[in-house]
Parts: sequence; structure tokens; C-alpha cells
Amino acid sequence: MKSEKNLVLAGAAGMGIQTVESLFVNAAKQSGLFVFASREYMSRVRGGINSTAMRISSRPVRAFKERIDLLIPLSDLAIPHLKQRIRKNTIILGEKAFLNADPTVKFTSIEVPFTDMATKIGNKIYANIIALGILAYIFKVNKTIVLGLIAEQFWKKGDKIIEENQNAIEKGYEMGKKLELTNPILKNFEITKNPQIINDLILDGTQAIGLGAIAGGCNYETFYPMAPSTGIGTFLAQNALKFGIIVDQSEDEISVINKALGASFAGARSLVTTSGGGFSLMSEGISLAGIMELPIVIVVGMRPGPATGMPTRTSQEDLELILHAGAGFFPRIIFSPGTIEDAFYLTQQAFNLTQEFQVPVFILTDQYLVDSYYNLPSLDLEKLKIEKHIVKTVDNYNRYVFAVSSISPRGIPGYGNGLVNADSHTHDEQGTITEDPVLRSRMVKKRLHKLELIQKASILPEFIGNRNKYKILVVSWGSNYYLIKEALEIINREDIGFLHFKQVYPLHAMQIIQYLNKANLIIAVEQNPTGQFAELLEKETHIPIDCRILKFSGYTFSVEELVEEIIHHVDKGAR
Amino acid sequence: MNTIFDKETEIHWCPGCGNFSALRIMKESLTELNLSPKNVVIVSGIGQAGKFPHFIRSNSYNGLHGRYLSAALAIKASNPNLHVIAVSGDGCTLSEGGNHFLHTIRYNPNITNVLHNNQVYGLTKGQASPTSNLGFKTKVQTFGVINEPFNAPAIAISLNASFVARAFVGDINKSKEILKQAIQHKGYALIDLLCPCVSFNNLNTYRWYEENSYYLNSSHNYRDREQALHVALNLENLALGVIYQNDRPTYEENIQIYDNDTRPLFERDLDRKKLEKLVNSFR
Repeated sequence: MKSEKNLVLAGAAGMGIQTVESLFVNAAKQSGLFVFASREYMSRVRGGINSTAMRISSRPVRAFKERIDLLIPLSDLAIPHLKQRIRKNTIILGEKAFLNADPTVKFTSIEVPFTDMATKIGNKIYANIIALGILAYIFKVNKTIVLGLIAEQFWKKGDKIIEENQNAIEKGYEMGKKLELTNPILKNFEITKNPQIINDLILDGTQAIGLGAIAGGCNYETFYPMAPSTGIGTFLAQNALKFGIIVDQSEDEISVINKALGASFAGARSLVTTSGGGFSLMSEGISLAGIMELPIVIVVGMRPGPATGMPTRTSQEDLELILHAGAGFFPRIIFSPGTIEDAFYLTQQAFNLTQEFQVPVFILTDQYLVDSYYNLPSLDLEKLKIEKHIVKTVDNYNRYVFAVSSISPRGIPGYGNGLVNADSHTHDEQGTITEDPVLRSRMVKKRLHKLELIQKASILPEFIGNRNKYKILVVSWGSNYYLIKEALEIINREDIGFLHFKQVYPLHAMQIIQYLNKANLIIAVEQNPTGQFAELLEKETHIPIDCRILKFSGYTFSVEELVEEIIHHVDKGAR
Repeated sequence: MNTIFDKETEIHWCPGCGNFSALRIMKESLTELNLSPKNVVIVSGIGQAGKFPHFIRSNSYNGLHGRYLSAALAIKASNPNLHVIAVSGDGCTLSEGGNHFLHTIRYNPNITNVLHNNQVYGLTKGQASPTSNLGFKTKVQTFGVINEPFNAPAIAISLNASFVARAFVGDINKSKEILKQAIQHKGYALIDLLCPCVSFNNLNTYRWYEENSYYLNSSHNYRDREQALHVALNLENLALGVIYQNDRPTYEENIQIYDNDTRPLFERDLDRKKLEKLVNSFR
């Protein structure tokens, strides 16, 4: 009995693929199966071809794999779209017309008359739910759980719709039984279940960031819709009244950042969520946060650029933009979550750090992570702290007073007897315009000194591997974490270590150099064309990064691809 | 008159600048309304008018060029107890910040927007502004302004702004009355404040404004949007006084988060029980 199966559903936008994905993944988890799912989709609302990849396993799975064990095509575009990933032993369950879409592709086909079955139930749109019923049977997922999830999913649409959907599940389930009898190969899809995980959480990156923001005390979120970060604004809007959050879909990103900063000045815990293009409009606002020393958390979901690029695809192209955005010098912090847990904890922490240091804190993520999910045991809410770092002002309060720590105690208007003056110009301690060269230099130094404090407090990279034996070091950041981790588990060599950064700026160079110095060969893995993080590492540590595995197609790395690429570079490097 | 809003500081404006009177009108109005500097926030952008908060004793937020209305809206939304007065010029408000001007009106935050209108760029030394008269010649607009002037009050009324008025700094007492009404109005209040530039605008002088303006009398129904628009569309003879007013609900009322809890955002804390419940809903 194989311990893992990779399942893919593909069809046009609007066919309900995501509904099946989310229902199946939840039902599988509630039956004791480990799950991971990620999506790739086109920038259109109807038509085209989208797919969702699900890994169903008896052990934790948390990264995208190319291999397909079972594919359900719901349109004739599915097989041509996925043909690079289809192998002879890939089982494709589908309508005759879809199975025959590309005669050059070889696979194991099992015909299912989805449309006929759906029409008999009442509407051909039920094809996707019949597919869900078949999956439930062959993966031996508890049918009662699936029926319950259907009732939950469609409760707003009334009893008739629920009934028809449940009927579709039943018909799919029966069909699954029949198919298994005639195709014994389907028996391989029963995977050992682990009852301990049935109560696990299932979260995607979007939800984890949204929950992290709430857990960080976020009470002001403003955004302009833009893939791939729109979901975070939506998530917070749906929880706004419950948690007292002002969620504002603003007229443009310039307004977004300026509102967030105004709110922050008045004591709100502000968040903005955007992508590279929208963020570009925020540059001046970011430098305003720098000089006003206002707290702000900025989530940037990366997608391929330049300009409109590929709206719904993934990339890690905007590190340099985020590093340098804004006129003049001012410190900033950049986090890039590697896991769903990171997405939650780093976002939560970002709200405290931005209040503590009064600098912009970025959560730099990407489409791959925000649209991926897996089951995890829980989130630790016990230890969460909400740090306000606000003082009650007294008469003669000066907002930008030169403090020993370089961090001026932050007052807010209306709290205490003092007055709070924030200014976009170079200003004196009171916040009044000045052109005095001495004052100007002191203010710059004050902000520069904060960078040193932040550097000291930075989150160190995580090393994975054998500290004493590694000679080759893979370095990476952000969402590549599990992709590389799993690739290295497959390669299984003690001489290869992995250093992953979830804080990408500022870096604690002294600590990092130790890891880099021990390696004979350093390989950077990134989803951009030049190795932006490798360049940053070189600049900060003065240690050359020997080679780069780069991908910039707009589609995520897969585990298999990284196994191949890493072995290739290791062999080449060893020569 | 000495006021608690007086600040001992060097004022950067040119002698004779309309902004001096605007500053006096503001300080005296706030004082007469018994407001305290610690509950007032003056929000501004960039330009000569943008420097306004540096010359008055209160909380202040001197933000970016064109973006002050966004900041002002958010400050008010985050703490409705504050009196938020947004002050900037015609360039900042209507050119750089045109989009925010339009959309802030739609939100109807309970803020006062004093638009210092001198029909010219002062800080950058004499170029045309969006409100400059057709044919107005400058070093840049060498054959005179060719773009139709931006009629802020008319646009505000067409977007159903909840309070639209015009005042002239040459008449301090009447301007104070108009400003006080604007501050007391619940909702977004625009004052098109005619404010001559003595250095770069030799067309729209104190005398020109006196000759080309008139006060609305009791026959004007400022609750009638069509009549108000008709009045506002006239840029030949500028109407002074309250042009339009309505009682639309404010943004702070519409967002509902203050319905059952009047505390400003900074006083609030995370409800951990609710968070736990939300997290557990993903099981």
C-alpha cells in the first residue's frame, strides 16, 4: 500500500474545481489523511484551464509535486494543459471526449460518463460533485463527513440544492465502487489513516496571514484588490465587525498607504495588503512612514512582473523593490514566510515589531504560499503578546525626542496632555520643519541607529541538515522552504545542508557567515531571474554564492525539479 | 486676539499673504468653539498652505503632497473623538490629490476640509494651478492657461458632499462664521477659501476677489442640490457663504464599529476568546 497519492483536478474557471478541492481536502483530513493542496489558475473568471494539485498521504506533506497519480479532467483542455506531468501510469478518470483530447499523450484511462450522470440528477453542473463522490470512495474517505460538508457548503442555497448535491455524492460513491471492481488498480488509493490528525487545522497562506493580523491586534486594514493578496482583505472584511477592524477598500494604493499611516498616527494598528504593482504606487508613502517613524505592516504578495506581468502566477521578483522602495534612507524589516505557520506567527509579530521600532515591517510572500494549504496540529495562541508601545503624553511632549535608545516614545493625539506633531519634512524633536544641518544629521543618525537595533533582534536563519558534516549549502528564502526540504530528504546526503531565511532583511551578517564559511559550495534557490537574495547575501557577508538555481516561468518549483537541479549543481560543483 | 492655538514660531509665508488671515480665522474659530489643541489635529499636504500646521499650536500631521485627505479620513475613523481639520492648497488638493478629493467626498468622513485657493502655485514659484483662470499667463503657461479651471465646489456638490461653502480671507468675521459652521457640521465639509497670493498672482488679487464675489442671502436654499449646483457653477461671480448642506450619515457611523463601543482604536484590545473560536473554525 503506497503511502501517498497525488491527485489533480483540472477544468475551466467557474466549473467548481475549487469547491471540490476544498471539500475533498477537508473530508480527507477529517478522515485522518494528511493533505496538501496548491492551485494554479488563469487570470479570468470564466473559461480557460485551471488546476488544483492535492497530495493525500499517510505522513505530513507540505510542498508541490509534479507527479500525478490520478487526474480528473473536467474539460477538453485539461490533458493538453497538463501533458508534461502525465505519465503512462497516471490514471485519468473522465468523460470520453476529454480523455481523447490529445492522442499523443499516453496514460491509463478510465471512462466515466460524468455529464450523463449529472444530467440525470438534474443539471450537468453536478459533474464536479460526482467526481468528489468517486474520490471519496476510492480514497475511502468517510461518506458521512462528505455529506455533512456538502450541507454546510450549500446551506444558503436551500434544501433542493443540498439534496441534489448529496445525491451527486451518492451516485459518485456508487460509481467509485463499480470502477474499483473493474479496475483493481484503484485499490492502491486506500492510504493508511491517522486518527490523531482528524482535528487538525487546515489553513492556506491567505488565512494564516489574516489570522496573524488579527492575532497581532490589527484594527485597520486598507487595500485595493490585486492578486494574489486580495484574499487577505476579504478575510479581514468578513471578520471586521467581530474584531472591531476597519476594513477599507480604497480608491487606489496611494490612498491605501496614506490612510494606513494616518490611522497609525491616531493609534490604529494598520495593515496594507498588495502586490508588486500596487506596492509601486505606495513607495512615497513608505518613505513617509520612514520619516514620520510610524508603525505599519505591509503584506506584498509577489507575482511575476514587470508591470501587469502574470497576475495569478507566482514569483519572488520583488525583494529588491521592497528593499529599496522609498526616497531617502530609513530602516525597515522584511519577513518572508516559509510555511503556513510562519505566515501566522510572522504577521502577528510584525505588528509588535513595527510598534516597537516605529519602522515599516513587510511580509513578503507569493501566490504559491497564499494559495497553498495543509493540515497542521494547532497555532499557539497562549504565548501571543500584543505590545502597544504607546505613551500617555505630558505637557511639552516632543514626538521625535532624542532618546538614548534612538526610539522616541510614541504618543498619539488625544491621549495625554501633550501635542503630537508628525511631519514629512526633516524636522526637529517637536516635529517642526527644519533645515538645520546639525539637527538633520542627528535625525538621520537616530534612524540609522534603529537599524542596528533591528539587526541585533533579527530572526536567524534555520539550518536543516547535519551541522558537522555538510560541505554543500543550499540557501533560500520564503516559500521555497518545504520544496527544498523535501527535495533534500529525497537526495538524502549528509554533506548537503540547507539554510532558510524567513527574515530576509536586515540580516545578522556575523551569524550567517559561520554557516556560509563551512561550505565548499553554496547554491541559492530562488524564483527570480538574477538571484536577488543571493546578491543581498553577498553584499552583506562578502562571501560569494557559487551558483544559483533560478526559476521565473511564473510557476512554482516542484520537489522533483529541485531534486534534479540540486544534484546537477552538486555534481558540477564537485568536479 | 490671543488664542490657545497661538504658537511662537517664525512664519514662512510672504508678507501680505492671504494665509496669515486664514491662520487667524482658524485659530479664532477653534477658540470660539471652545476646542482644545489636544483634541484638534490639523492635517495638511504640501505647498504654502501645507505648512499651516507648523504655525498653529495643536496636534498635526503634515503628510505628503496630495494625500492629506486620505490621512485625515483615517485619523478621524481611528479616533472619532478628535476634531480633524484638513488644510491644503488648490494644487495639493485638486491636482496631485484629485482622486482622493473625489473619493473622500464619497466616504463623508466627519472632517473639515479648508481648501486654500489662490489659483496659482506659490511654493514652486508661480506656475498655473488647476483653479487658475483661463488665459492666466505664467513662466510656464506662456500663452496663458488653456485648461478649464477645476471647479471644486461644483464637483463636491455633484458628488453630494454634505457641506460646501466658500469664504474669502479678506473678510475675517464672515469667514469665521462660515468656518465655525463647517467645523460643527457632521460630515465632510468643504470650504473653498479664497486666499490671494501676493507674490505670484497679480490677477486674482484682494481687490479682484472683492469685485468678483458676493454673499448668498436668505433666498438661497442651501438644502436644494440643484440650486446649489447652479450657484457653484458660476465662476464669474463667486458666491460666498454656505452653498450646500445635507445630513448624510458619516463614514464613522457607516462602518458600525463604534455602534456598541465608542472607544477609539488605540484603547481597544484583542478579544482572545473570539480569536480562539475563529482559529478553531478551521479544524
